[in-house]
Amino acid sequence: MPVQVPDLTPAVPQIYVLIMTCVTLLVSLFASKKHSAWTYILSQLTLLGAIVLTLLYFHHKSQVTFHGNMIVDHVSMLLTIFICAITFFVLLYSRDYIKQHKMPNTEYHVLVLFSTLGMMILVSSYSFVSIYVGLELFTLPLYALIALRRDSAVYSEAAMKYFVMGAIASGMLLYGLSMIYGATGSVQIAEVVKVISALPSSQHLIILFGLVFVIAGVAFKLGAVPFHMWVPDVYDGSPNTVTLMIATGPKIAAFGLVIRLLAETMPDVQLAWSHALMLIAVLSIGLGNIVAIVQSNIKRMLAYSSIAQMGYMLLGVIAGTANGYAAAMFYVLIYSLMSLAAFGLVAMLSRDGIDIQHIEDLRGLNERNPWLAFMMLIVMFSMAGIPPLAGFMAKIGVLEAVIAVGHVWLAAVALLFAIVGAYYYIRVVKVMYFDDPLQSTRIDLPTGDMRVALTVNGLSVLALGIFPGILMSLCQAAF
Amino acid sequence: MLTNYFPILVFIAIGIAVGGGLIIFSRLIAPNKPNAEKLSPYECGFPAFEDARLPFDVRYYLVAILFILFDLETAFFVPWAVVLHKIGLYGFLSMMVFLLILVVGFIYEWKKGALEWE
Repeated sequence: MPVQVPDLTPAVPQIYVLIMTCVTLLVSLFASKKHSAWTYILSQLTLLGAIVLTLLYFHHKSQVTFHGNMIVDHVSMLLTIFICAITFFVLLYSRDYIKQHKMPNTEYHVLVLFSTLGMMILVSSYSFVSIYVGLELFTLPLYALIALRRDSAVYSEAAMKYFVMGAIASGMLLYGLSMIYGATGSVQIAEVVKVISALPSSQHLIILFGLVFVIAGVAFKLGAVPFHMWVPDVYDGSPNTVTLMIATGPKIAAFGLVIRLLAETMPDVQLAWSHALMLIAVLSIGLGNIVAIVQSNIKRMLAYSSIAQMGYMLLGVIAGTANGYAAAMFYVLIYSLMSLAAFGLVAMLSRDGIDIQHIEDLRGLNERNPWLAFMMLIVMFSMAGIPPLAGFMAKIGVLEAVIAVGHVWLAAVALLFAIVGAYYYIRVVKVMYFDDPLQSTRIDLPTGDMRVALTVNGLSVLALGIFPGILMSLCQAAF
Repeated sequence: MLTNYFPILVFIAIGIAVGGGLIIFSRLIAPNKPNAEKLSPYECGFPAFEDARLPFDVRYYLVAILFILFDLETAFFVPWAVVLHKIGLYGFLSMMVFLLILVVGFIYEWKKGALEWE
């Protein structure tokens, strides 16, 4: 019996990225040194092409292919478009940094592309096996990216920490998935859902046992308390552009993981996982916001802020309604845009031997370059959740979702800590606008296209706050 | 459900009993009269030439990694070859795609000089 040929058309973006990544690798391997710009151009073409191909397919309904291992629906397509677009900006922002810091050009681009491919596979996977393959494909290149300059002890340490913790988390996830496989007899999500809903609740014990490990693995990938220990160390210890990469796309991919593994696989034990996530969310919001206050290192501060932001995102998932998932998706997309701009600015200003590490390094940025300071102000206010910026709309969405299912106390706690959190975001603004600069020379981004990109990035945060309708309705249509 | 695993528990218990029992019995029954000569390290009857902890070339590590990488493909090839006549053209081409990706990696490592010893 010959194997059925699966329908390859939904997977065209992934196949395209795979082929183009191999082409990029070979071309930049054989091109001479003065043609090294081709690596960059080909990488960007790969990402743009993936966006276009996904958009061309966008009008289709959800479709399962590869013998039930892959699903292409609006969740996966929207996440794919954002992942590729954000990675496009990441490569643009880091072009000058890798040249200045003598990072290997070919390897940097190819590893970023492979990681992106892993994220694309992860968000459209529909079985435990493809989830795991996607997860590993997106994390393994990240470990290598951090340690790309292996002569640096700091980078090697960060890579080692990330690798060891990531391996433990993958192990936990795999163990949990194997338990669920043992209980249901299938690795395909569509099958698992059927079996679980047919099981009497007295036999849910082994599924709950597996669920605990799955949640631990997922929380690690999100960087949520109590699995957050790696986040500040890795963010701080990585080269600035790699931090930029880790802090943006992977968050979207991890959200995809949450949706596929919890929301889609286990709607019947929703009560169990939403209780566990509630604890994780409250702890993340609390600890992230409080510990961020005492940080003087800007990357560590943004790392703790990301822990808190992931807690807010989880609120939408906890609600367990279509509206809640849509709000969480909106939140994670907005968050990745904001952290793209914040880390992007940090990465692009780190040149000519200066590495921006401390909040103090941004002293008097307003006098040295008012436009950059304004962009950073938009992002910081948006992260703090101040209207009319996108972060405000995102926070409203998730709070509305939890209140709608009756968890008013959860919304109250989240709001309280949002006020606490506003302090350290506004402190960055204070340092930029009201402190005297250490040097009065003007600083600027390396090239014109980077200035344009950062402006587009910053203004999109403003625009999505004023007109959230389009993206919000896309998110809602996806669930 | 858990009763299915009872034989495994018995197996573990017997395993520990046999393995641990042998060590304990040999400790209790065997004569034990050590002296300095018996306890000294030796190599084929001669005194030890050098310390066992000697540095070795890090390039072995690279070769070992590459070996594992390309050796593992055999693990996929054997079952594929066994059922080749059943899986048709699609099965054949799937493996060719896999091989092609592997070849790209091979070209990369060759060009980067990972196969040169010097």
